[in-house]
Amino acid sequence: MAAVILSARRLTRHFGGVKAVDGVDLDLHHGEIHALIGPNGAGKTTLVGLLSGRIAMQAGTIILGGEDISRLPAHARVARGIAYTFQITSIYARLSVFDNVALAVQRHSGDLRAGTLAALARVGLDHLADQRAGTLAYGHQRLLEIAMGLALRPRLLILDEPTQGLADAEIATFKTLVRGLVPAATVLLIEHNMDVVMDLAQNITVLNSGQVLATGTPAQIRANPAVQAAYLGG
Amino acid sequence: MTRDLALHLAVILALAGLSMVLPPYHHTNTARILLLAVYAMGYNIAFGYTGLLSLGHALFFGAGMYATGLLTHHGGWSALAALPMGLLAGGALALAIGLLALRTAGVSFMIVTLMFAQAGYLTVMYFTSYTRGEEGFNLARASRVIGPLDLSQDSTRYAVALAIFGAALLGQLVLVRSRLGRVMVAMRENEDRSRMLGYDPFRVKLAALVLSGVYAGTAGAAYGVMFGYVGASFVATQFSILPLLWVLLGGAGTTLGPVLGVALMFYLIDIASSYTTAHLAVIGGALLVLVLFAPRGVLGAVRERWVRWLP
Amino acid sequence: MISGPFLLLALMEGTVMAAVLALTAVGLSLVFGVMRVVNVAHGEFFMLGAVLAWFVAQAVPGPAWVAFLAALVLAPLIVAAMAALADWAVLKRLGYEPEATIVATIGLSYILQQAALSFFGPDARPIEAPFVWRIQFPWFGYSGYKIVVVVAAVAVLVAVWVLMNRSRAGLVMRATQIDRDTARAFGINVDRVYAMVFALGAGLAALAAVLLVPIQQAHYLMGHDPLLLSFIVVIIGGLGSIRGTLIAALVIGLSDGVISFFWSPTLAKILATLFVALVLVFRPQGLFGERT
Repeated sequence: MAAVILSARRLTRHFGGVKAVDGVDLDLHHGEIHALIGPNGAGKTTLVGLLSGRIAMQAGTIILGGEDISRLPAHARVARGIAYTFQITSIYARLSVFDNVALAVQRHSGDLRAGTLAALARVGLDHLADQRAGTLAYGHQRLLEIAMGLALRPRLLILDEPTQGLADAEIATFKTLVRGLVPAATVLLIEHNMDVVMDLAQNITVLNSGQVLATGTPAQIRANPAVQAAYLGG
Repeated sequence: MTRDLALHLAVILALAGLSMVLPPYHHTNTARILLLAVYAMGYNIAFGYTGLLSLGHALFFGAGMYATGLLTHHGGWSALAALPMGLLAGGALALAIGLLALRTAGVSFMIVTLMFAQAGYLTVMYFTSYTRGEEGFNLARASRVIGPLDLSQDSTRYAVALAIFGAALLGQLVLVRSRLGRVMVAMRENEDRSRMLGYDPFRVKLAALVLSGVYAGTAGAAYGVMFGYVGASFVATQFSILPLLWVLLGGAGTTLGPVLGVALMFYLIDIASSYTTAHLAVIGGALLVLVLFAPRGVLGAVRERWVRWLP
Repeated sequence: MISGPFLLLALMEGTVMAAVLALTAVGLSLVFGVMRVVNVAHGEFFMLGAVLAWFVAQAVPGPAWVAFLAALVLAPLIVAAMAALADWAVLKRLGYEPEATIVATIGLSYILQQAALSFFGPDARPIEAPFVWRIQFPWFGYSGYKIVVVVAAVAVLVAVWVLMNRSRAGLVMRATQIDRDTARAFGINVDRVYAMVFALGAGLAALAAVLLVPIQQAHYLMGHDPLLLSFIVVIIGGLGSIRGTLIAALVIGLSDGVISFFWSPTLAKILATLFVALVLVFRPQGLFGERT
């Protein structure tokens, strides 16, 4: 198996009495697509919030490529290669589609205009570059959000429910897109759509009540009685 | 040459042409408007483009005006040496205030900047023996000469004011078309998203505030030297509210909005004063009308309806 | 060294100051607490209270105490009505968006100042105190009216406390403060609550001003200092915390009375404003407020 790119140990975050994330360990391997699944309220979004630095940790350590990033603020983690795409689409609604992606592209040197149009072309939005982002159709806004994440050229791309609200055809495009990202980058995918998960992921981590319930390949997870209980009996 | 640049050069050229036809009264007014527009552009960089609603920019204008004014008046410096000090004073004070105030946001930021500016105003009032408080002091004519340029002379003053304005206007255009300019707007539009694109909000906002302070300091320094007067009214709260009003009126986040707003407001008060002495009500009424009915201002509306490419 | 009587006098002056300040600042604090907006025109509502008191006192014939009582009732009511009107005409239209509201109330404050200047004029004008009564201490005589001011302010503050904590109106206000949308869902007319709170806040400032006019005279620029001091009190006390506001008003009112004997008032003000800015930066919940 490939080298570990991100290793998280004993991550903890409680909100009042709610143990949103409670001592979670997670290893991501270089170039894999790793899915994070679990029932609503299992702590998935909080966990990736801790990884990306959007939410402050109460305990635990995160090592990215050998460097301890536990205490770094979110923007410094992004600069080190962790990109996060928002569950609720968070684009600059009043800026042009071009400017949205250019903000990500200009993190790196090079021809800004060409780089931005290329990043838009990857998700098929290059013909809409001059449109105001807020006027895009919902599916296109999701794709724009993903384009911004991709344009950062991350080592680790965290996708928080990327297919939510997408039509079937758009999901197919999305799957091709994500497959094209690896093995250059690593993808951590929060996803409710099990078809997408089983189709894309090499490894799956199941969260339940803030703790890791199981980790393994899609086949192992499918066969795991505890997972079945959590999903079906829960 | 892009159409942006062409438009801005045309504005500067038109103002140069204007100086040949304007009668003396409007000649002086326009020189004032140009320097106040530099102040307004500084405010626009912070508020219009970066979304930092400061209520204390008079502090930066005043820092420039007093640094330059006190150095020439008491220190015997030449205007040429003292002017850059005003620019530095504005920038340095903005850096110091920014390091503290930018830990807050929104309403707290407004009140913190208001309080710092109030402290600055009171400081001017406290050191009355140097500043002469509200009454202020006049700069001797001899100290208002830069080489062959006598700044107390009308046409020279207009030319120098226009040169400073032109440089500031083009600088602002370059800034908003730059990568930093795009990130400033990104902070205004969605700070959380910008952070997740790897930008440190604190540093971006600090950079914008310092640039804004440099503009305000430059305007203050030049205004003091050119019109030969330094007084506490330029540090008072009202002088922090005015750039907000100008920028809102002309169009926040447009490069030409500040100068348009200053000019409109200047002549609005000028015309109103021939009917009524109630210029406070004109300012207050304009603020209310803008906030209630036209928050985008003149050029903001023009950009939205007709000229999408307006920077 | 300062002598005991001197300090006693300073403390008494400080108490009067604290009482008036507490009334004014509680008005600002209520508005911020319930509506989450900062009212920059608060100082002008204070000023209007004093100026209107002068007009009322002029218009009412008879002995001084009748005129004063009339002013004490009418001036705050008129100011409250004007505030309710401003809420309806301006703040509501802005959806109480915090930053826009500040800008709008700045505009409002200029208009009110201009109105006072135009109709009242640039001069300071006194109102006769309702009664003349000097309390003779062994070392100095002291105005009995000032003591009545303190008693009246305390009574009003108690009334406000009862209104907020023991009445149905207070319950409705607190419910609105906690969650505007839920309150609306429970059938509370939020618009009316806001107009009421805004009027109440302005009315308290006006009331404080009427109490102060016999001591200080009415003037169209007199709103500046109360606004600044109220800001200081409300921020140090913790934004929106009535209890913190009261404590801070007492501390600042008393210390202001004492400090002014040692330092120039300007220097004291410089230090106070800097201090407030730093409190907002480093301890936004205020010195006496709880962290939320």
